[in-house]
Amino acid sequence: MTRRIVVISGGLSETSATRRLADRLAAATSEALQTRGVKAEVTVIDLRERAHDITNATLTGFASPDLQTDLDAVLAADGVIAATPIYSGSYTGLFKSFVDLLGQAAFDGTPVLLAATAGTARHSLALDHALRPLFSYLRALTVPTGVFAASEDWGGDGDAAGALAGRVTRAAGELAGLVAAREPKQVVDEFDAAPSFTDLLGGLRG
Amino acid sequence: MSGIQLGVFSVGDITPDPTTGRSPTQHERIKALMQIGLKAEEVGFDVFALGEHHDHPFVPSALTTTGAFLAARTERLIFSTSIAHITTNDPVLMAEQYAMLQHLSDGRVDLMLGRGNTGPVYPWFGKDIRDGLKLAIENYDLLHQLWRTDVLDWQGQFRTPLQGFTSTPRPLDGVPPFVWHGSIRSPEIAEQAAYYGNGYFHNNIFWPKQHVERMVSFYRQRFEHYGHGPADQAYVGLGGQVYVRPNSQDAVREFRPFFDVAPVYGHGPTLEEYMDQTPLTVGSPQQVIERTLAYREVVGDYQRQMFLLDHAGLPLKTVLEQMDYLGEHVLPVLREEFAQNRPAHVPDAPTHATLLASQQQTQTQEVSS
Repeated sequence: MTRRIVVISGGLSETSATRRLADRLAAATSEALQTRGVKAEVTVIDLRERAHDITNATLTGFASPDLQTDLDAVLAADGVIAATPIYSGSYTGLFKSFVDLLGQAAFDGTPVLLAATAGTARHSLALDHALRPLFSYLRALTVPTGVFAASEDWGGDGDAAGALAGRVTRAAGELAGLVAAREPKQVVDEFDAAPSFTDLLGGLRG
Repeated sequence: MSGIQLGVFSVGDITPDPTTGRSPTQHERIKALMQIGLKAEEVGFDVFALGEHHDHPFVPSALTTTGAFLAARTERLIFSTSIAHITTNDPVLMAEQYAMLQHLSDGRVDLMLGRGNTGPVYPWFGKDIRDGLKLAIENYDLLHQLWRTDVLDWQGQFRTPLQGFTSTPRPLDGVPPFVWHGSIRSPEIAEQAAYYGNGYFHNNIFWPKQHVERMVSFYRQRFEHYGHGPADQAYVGLGGQVYVRPNSQDAVREFRPFFDVAPVYGHGPTLEEYMDQTPLTVGSPQQVIERTLAYREVVGDYQRQMFLLDHAGLPLKTVLEQMDYLGEHVLPVLREEFAQNRPAHVPDAPTHATLLASQQQTQTQEVSS
């Protein structure tokens, strides 16, 4: 049994903390799925590489081939790990622009693990004040544990780092549990889903 | 006749020329559009089409008036709409106005219909944008009946019912103007075109060709499904966008300042990226010819190819020069090449003459059977 996990990493610098956190979550999720007898197929989308394409698609209405590949991957995902740096109390503009391109139905019922990074722990509630409402609007099935990592979580005497590892494991377990329990996502082609004209016309003549 | 119509279409935008900062007045732009229409016939295009708009920065609102002006000043040119709003116009008025234009132009008119692309147009005309698709379906169905039923009883959701109504004038020779349904991304509209056996115009100028292929092939399959003939006999029209100079470097250098700040794609992708991903071709005649012909591989042999030449603030003088150049160096080659290996069973672009002939053929068959 295989499930597709897509990681959206909104980190804007190379070797970003957000990517590091996202990778840990992806690895932990794969492991948690494996214990449930499920093989994870992980795709990582680094938004930094698509920054221009995302802006262009916002302006032109269509995606470049690379960006379209990423959008299609999210639409076909059985589970998503969404990770962003916190800027001014919320997800970055680039992260939101990418989500906007996905359309309203992209996350419909899809299990999503929310993660964020920032310089200090003072921003940690942005997970619940900013990311969770966005994904609730998109009707995603967000897992209860969001994972926030401040700079201090990456080092120190082990207390904070240990706490981060614990949160990663718990959140990954929650995501894996939801993903494993569900059927693989079926992507409906819009052309196959188009109603026949007799139905469209008949609906009017009702 | 190579079976394909080559045309010019415009949205009639008033955009400042970025190289001078100057915008034409509405009057200048309207007169310029008519000059472009007249030039289209002069240099050998078959069709000129204008898009209906009711908001700034666009000027064309009364399309049948402009169509009548052009019909009076031309001999061959077909006037079309790119697009006319089937959602917010009263289909009864459309039936009458376009039938009138059809008589005045001796059949040199057809329609490309669409839903319109600016949200406020719906409330301005007393409609709700959420009904856009339903309006397109009901209104066209009424228009279709008005042109084909001499005395019509009709009732629908969006318009006052009709009892014993005859739209006036009746279509020329009893043959309604040909209708193309235009849609960029809604399969429902391609489905509508297929259902009636009408044309499908896919204005692909802002879209990658994978999408074009998908939309057109869907329409062709559905055309066949509804029993109008095999998929390759469906009527397909495409858009195009070119800027041409003998030397491609000159074309790029001259067009770039317009591209960089153009409405729709300005401030976004580079000219090179955009050319790579959409039909936009800025270059030599040979490049324009090759890229245009390549769409035949994407959608099959088709019936109408339109070119956008006058947007983004390009001055009239430049547009007319472009048209002269295209007429001399591009159109004859395109006609010849499109005709090469075009199967005999693929229909020519529909005109009043071809529609009249096929109606007479049907009547003869009915009489003899």
